Amino acid sequence: MHTILEKKLIAPNEYDMWVEAPKVASHAKPGQFVVVRPTSKGERIPLTIADYDLKRGSIRFIFQAVGKTTHQMARFEVGDSLSDVLGPLGRPSEIKKWGTVMLVGGGVGIAALFPILRELKRVGNYTITVLGGRSSELVIMKDECRRYSDELIITTDDGSEGIKGVVTEGMKVASEGRKINQAWAIGPTIMMKFASLAAKEMGIPIWVSLNPIMVDGTGMCGGCRVEVGGEVRFACVDGPEFDGWAVNWDVLMRRLQQYKDEEKLSLEQYMAEVESAL
Amino acid sequence: MSPKVRQKKVPIAEQKPEERIRNFDEVCLGYTMEEAIEEGMRCLQCKNAPCVAGCPVTIDIPGFIKALREGNIDESWKILKNATNLPAVCGRVCPQETQCEGVCTLGRGKDFEPVAIGKLERFVADWKASSGDAPAPAVRRGEPKGKVAIVGSGPAGLTAAGDLAKMGYRVKVYEALHEPGGVLMYGIPEFRLPKTIVRREIENIKLLGVEVEVDTAVGRSVTIEELRSEYDAVFIGTGAGTPRFIGIPGTTLNGVYSASEFLTRVNLMHAYRFPEYDTPIKRLKNVVVVGGGNVAMDAARSALRLGAERVTVAYRRTQAEMPARVEEYHHAVEEGIEFRWLTNPVEYVGDERGWVKAVRCIRMELGEPDESGRRRPIPVQGSEFLLEADGAIEAIGQGSNKVLLDAFPELKLNRHGYIVADPETGATSVEGVFAGGDIVTGAATVILAMGAGKNVAKAIDEYISAKRLRAASR
Ligand SMILES: Cc1cc2nc3c(=O)[nH]c(=O)nc-3n(C[C@H](O)[C@H](O)[C@H](O)COP(=O)(O)OP(=O)(O)OC[C@H]3O[C@@H](n4cnc5c(N)ncnc54)[C@H](O)[C@@H]3O)c2cc1C
Ligand SMILES: Cc1cc2nc3c(=O)[nH]c(=O)nc-3n(C[C@H](O)[C@H](O)[C@H](O)COP(=O)(O)OP(=O)(O)OC[C@H]3O[C@@H](n4cnc5c(N)ncnc54)[C@H](O)[C@@H]3O)c2cc1C
Ligand code: SF4
Ligand code: FES
Repeated sequence: MHTILEKKLIAPNEYDMWVEAPKVASHAKPGQFVVVRPTSKGERIPLTIADYDLKRGSIRFIFQAVGKTTHQMARFEVGDSLSDVLGPLGRPSEIKKWGTVMLVGGGVGIAALFPILRELKRVGNYTITVLGGRSSELVIMKDECRRYSDELIITTDDGSEGIKGVVTEGMKVASEGRKINQAWAIGPTIMMKFASLAAKEMGIPIWVSLNPIMVDGTGMCGGCRVEVGGEVRFACVDGPEFDGWAVNWDVLMRRLQQYKDEEKLSLEQYMAEVESAL
Repeated sequence: MSPKVRQKKVPIAEQKPEERIRNFDEVCLGYTMEEAIEEGMRCLQCKNAPCVAGCPVTIDIPGFIKALREGNIDESWKILKNATNLPAVCGRVCPQETQCEGVCTLGRGKDFEPVAIGKLERFVADWKASSGDAPAPAVRRGEPKGKVAIVGSGPAGLTAAGDLAKMGYRVKVYEALHEPGGVLMYGIPEFRLPKTIVRREIENIKLLGVEVEVDTAVGRSVTIEELRSEYDAVFIGTGAGTPRFIGIPGTTLNGVYSASEFLTRVNLMHAYRFPEYDTPIKRLKNVVVVGGGNVAMDAARSALRLGAERVTVAYRRTQAEMPARVEEYHHAVEEGIEFRWLTNPVEYVGDERGWVKAVRCIRMELGEPDESGRRRPIPVQGSEFLLEADGAIEAIGQGSNKVLLDAFPELKLNRHGYIVADPETGATSVEGVFAGGDIVTGAATVILAMGAGKNVAKAIDEYISAKRLRAASR
C-alpha cells in the first residue's frame, strides 16, 4: 500500500503529492519515473519522480489533472492509498560535470526538471534555469529551482512575470554571448519541440524527456514507441530522455492522440459519477 | 486393437462459435464426470507408455487416467501434482498434439484419435478445485533450509518457488507487474485460460509458504546485488516479453499494435470491459494480424471478440508450418477468422490523420529449408497487394526482457540476448544465480518453462546444501 503523506494544490489543477514508496525512494535517480495505478480497476500511468526522501521512504510527484485517472488522483486525500506504484523506471539523466548547463522547463515538466537541476548543481555545473508558463501562477516550483540555479529566467505568455513570451525567448537570453555545454527541456510536447529546434539552431545539444502513452513501463508492450534518428525506440526502457535534435515530434504528437475519444468518454462518465455522489 | 475402444475422442462441450465470438468466456466447457470416465476408458494402459516420455515433465499419464476411471479423483490429482504444479493450466494450453497425444499408442491405429490426455488432466484439476476441500496451508517445521529469491512470476518462477518451498526453503517471488502469473496473466486470453484458474493456482503456491511481492522490477526497485546479499540463491525467470517489430515503414502509425500491447491491454488491464475498467482499447473493425503462432491466434480472436467485422491472419508460410496449437487454429477457423497463407506485410499505409488504413503485402513462396528445418519463405517479386485495415497487430515473436539484464552486465548472454545457463541445472555465469524458462530458451511453452523451474529448484537445493555443508565443515 502506498499511503499519501502530503497533498497540496500548487497551481490551478496541479497537485503536489508525497507518497510512501520505500523501494522507489531508495533507488530513484534524477530523470526516472514511476508507473502508478491508483485503484484496482485503474489505468497504469507514468509520473516523473520529482523528489525522494530516504528517511521517510517516500517519493514526490507533481501532476496535472487532465483526464479520468489524474482527476481521480486529485480527489485522493492524505491517508488514502494508491493501489500500485512501480519504479524507479527509465534510464537516469546523465549527471556529470558538463560545465555550463541550461535547464528549460514548462508546466508540470518543471517537476521533472527539478531533481536533475539539483544534481547537476551538486556536481559543480554552472546552472541556468529557464521556466515558462502561460502566466505567473502556472510557473511552479520557482523558489525550489532558484536555490539550485546560478541564474533563473522566467517567461510568461501574458507577461505577468519575467520576460513576455515563450521559453525559447528565455533560451536566447540565457545563451547570449556564451557557450552552453548541454541543455535539458522538459514540459509539454510542443514546448520541447520548439526548445529542441531553438537549441539546434544555437548548436546546443539538448535532452528532452518524452511522454508517450505507456502501459507496463518495463519494455514489454511497445506501446510507448517513439521515433528518434529514424529508429523506433521504447521510451520506457531506452528513455525517457532522448536527443532532442533527433526526435520525430510529429509521430509523438500523433500517437498521443490515439485514445482521444475513449479518454473523453471515461472522463465524462467519471465526472458524472462524482457529481451524482455529491 | 480391441473393437470395444471408441475410435474418436469423446466429444467435449464448447460454446457455439456464433455465441462465443461476442464474449470472453472460456470456449471449452470441459467434460462431465461420466464423459471423463468414458474417455479415460479409451486408454490402453500401455506398459511402455510412450505418452510419458512425450511429456516434458513426465507425468504418470496411464497412472492418473487409471485412478480417474476408477473414480478415485483424489488419487488421480495426487499423481498429477507429483509432476506438475499447474495441472489446470497445462491441461488447457499445452501443445498436446506434439507431446503426449502426439505419441499416444491409440492414435497410431488407423482412424483412431489419441486419448484426450489434456482434457482429462484439466478435468481432474477442475474437479478437485470445485470439490471445495482447499489444500491445507503447509506448516513449516523448524528452521528454513535457506532463502531463495525468484525473479519473475511466470510458470518458470512459480514452479521453482513452489518446489523450493516444499523442500523447506523460505521463498520470495518478485514480480514487476501488479499481478503475478507472467504470460498466463497478461498474454493468454480469458477465453482460453480463465484468470480465476491462474489466480487459484497461484493461491495454492502461496499456501506452501511462498511470498509474492508485486510492483517490483528487479534491477530497478531492488538491485541484483541486494538480492544476492540477502538470499542464498537467486532464480531468474523473467521471460521473453519484449515485442519485436518487423520494422517496415509505418510501424509508428496509430492503429498498429504489437500483440503484446494489444493482449496486455485486454487481459491484464481488462480493456474489454472499458469503461468499467479505465484502460481503453481501440474497437477496430477490420484487422490484419501478422504471424502464425499462439500469440497471433490469441490477438486475432480477441480482436474479433472486441467487435471486429473482419479479422485476417497473414502468415508468411503455410498452414503446415504454423506453430500454433491445432485446437486454437480450428477454433479460429470456426469463428470466421480468415487466413492468408504465404503473405507478408511490407508497409503499413496511413491516412492523412496518421491512422493505418491498409497493409501492403507481398506473396511468398517456400524455398530451401532454413536452420529451423522449415522451408524458407521468399518474396515473389511484383506480387504486392493491399489489404484494407483500420488496425494491424504484429505477432512475430518476442525477445528477452531487458530491465534486469541491462542492470546486470556480469551475466553472460548468448548472441540472441538470452541468458547462458547450464541446460541441466540452470546455473549461470554468476555464482548463486540460476535461470530458466523463456529467458534462457527464447519464447517457448508453459510446460518447458515449468520443467526448467523444476530442474533448477533441485539444482538450487543441491547448491545451497553443499554450501552449508562446506561452511559447517570449516
Ligand atoms: C515518462 C512520463 C512521465 C510523466 N510525468 C508526468 C508528471 O510528472 N506529471 C504529469 O502531470 N504528467 C506526467 N506524464 C503524463 C501523464 O502520464 C498523463 O497526463 C496521464 O497518463 C494522463 O492520464 P489521465 O487518465 O488523467 O488522462 P487521459 O484522459 O487518459 O489522457 C490525457 C492525455 O494524457 C496522455 N496519456 C494518457 N494515458 C497515458 C498513459 N498511460 N501514459 C502516458 N500518457 C498518457 C495522452 O496524451 C492523453 O491524451 C508523464 C508521462 C510520461 C510518459
Ligand atoms: C499470447 C501468448 C500465448 C501463448 N500461448 C501458449 C500456449 O497456448 N501454450 C504454451 O505452452 N505456451 C504458450 N505461450 C508461451 C508461454 O506462455 C511462455 O513460454 C511461458 O509463459 C514462459 O514462462 P516464463 O516463466 O519463462 O516467463 P513469463 O511467463 O514471460 O513470465 C516472466 C515474468 O517475469 C516478469 N519480469 C520480467 N522482468 C522482471 C524483473 N526485472 N523483475 C521482476 N519481474 C520481472 C514479467 O513481468 C513476467 O511476469 C504463449 C505466449 C504468449 C505471449
Ligand atoms: S500412450 Fe495413450 S493409450 Fe498408451 S498409456 Fe499413454 S495415453 Fe494411454
Ligand atoms: S510502456 Fe510498454 S514497452 Fe514501454
